[in-house]
Amino acid sequence: MLYQPWPWYVSGPLIAIIMAVLILLGKKFGMSSNLETFCSVGGAGKFTDYFKIDVKSKRWNLLVVLGSVFGGFLGAHVLSPNPAVDITDETVAKLQGLGFESAGKAYLPTELFSLEALSQPMVWVILLVAGILVGFGTRYAGGCTSGHAISGLSNLQRPSLIAVIGFFIGGLIMNHLLFPLIFGS
Amino acid sequence: MKSIVYIIIGTFLGIVLYKSEAASWFRIYEMFQFDSFHMYGIIGSALAVGVVLVQLIKRSKTKSFFGETINIPNKEKAFTRYLLGGILFGLGWALAGACPGPMYILTGAGYWPILIVLFGATVGAFLYGVLRGKLPH
Repeated sequence: MLYQPWPWYVSGPLIAIIMAVLILLGKKFGMSSNLETFCSVGGAGKFTDYFKIDVKSKRWNLLVVLGSVFGGFLGAHVLSPNPAVDITDETVAKLQGLGFESAGKAYLPTELFSLEALSQPMVWVILLVAGILVGFGTRYAGGCTSGHAISGLSNLQRPSLIAVIGFFIGGLIMNHLLFPLIFGS
Repeated sequence: MKSIVYIIIGTFLGIVLYKSEAASWFRIYEMFQFDSFHMYGIIGSALAVGVVLVQLIKRSKTKSFFGETINIPNKEKAFTRYLLGGILFGLGWALAGACPGPMYILTGAGYWPILIVLFGATVGAFLYGVLRGKLPH
């Protein structure tokens, strides 16, 4: 059971409990603010006061990041004998049409996330641009999936609902309109 | 001592997001194609439980484990930043197939190209910090 993929009705409530435990510790569940802390640690305070923060007060969240790296290691190398993600047949067919032969056979597409894929400059560009959009977007919106979709909506915050609607507008544009242009040719 | 607590919470989060496959690029693609209930089930059930837990914590006026008053701040009122920032985030989320939490988790899982995404995300956060005075909020 533990070694199989965990069903949504187990995983979702566990995520909510993690959020509640962080609130009960006097903190909050939000992973993207760590990106700003990285900037501050890296000396970004020299460029703008925005990054002149007390890094010590963010230390707890960096420890959560550290733990999640370890958790990812355990999840992948100890708890998952079979990494293939059992996506639906329709999804596999669509992805094969876009050139993703690894669909249904791997945890991440080897066409983007293997060391061999990095021999293609286009893959570097895709991964870098995707990262910049995530980092810029999440700080502009003041939160990501954890801060808005889980924490904010759990606290019935209208701003978080606007942000989550934005997440889906952007995701649907990328997935339906831009993917065929990026991967289809 | 407190440090250990946060590391354990993070570890648990990493395991849950990896094992639920919320950290899989394929699940994110499938979600935006509306081909499966899986991701909606994760977010929906997290919210159903989350709303109840947050209300319980607020109404019971529970103190934190360290005896402090718990303050769950409201999000600042605005529109443009949430919509525009959200759309940019969504474009990146669908392309990378990972939001910030899973980026750390996939690093631990050994998918090294995710480090390029994580580097880009840090650059993106930096760019926002530099440009924020010129952006509509």
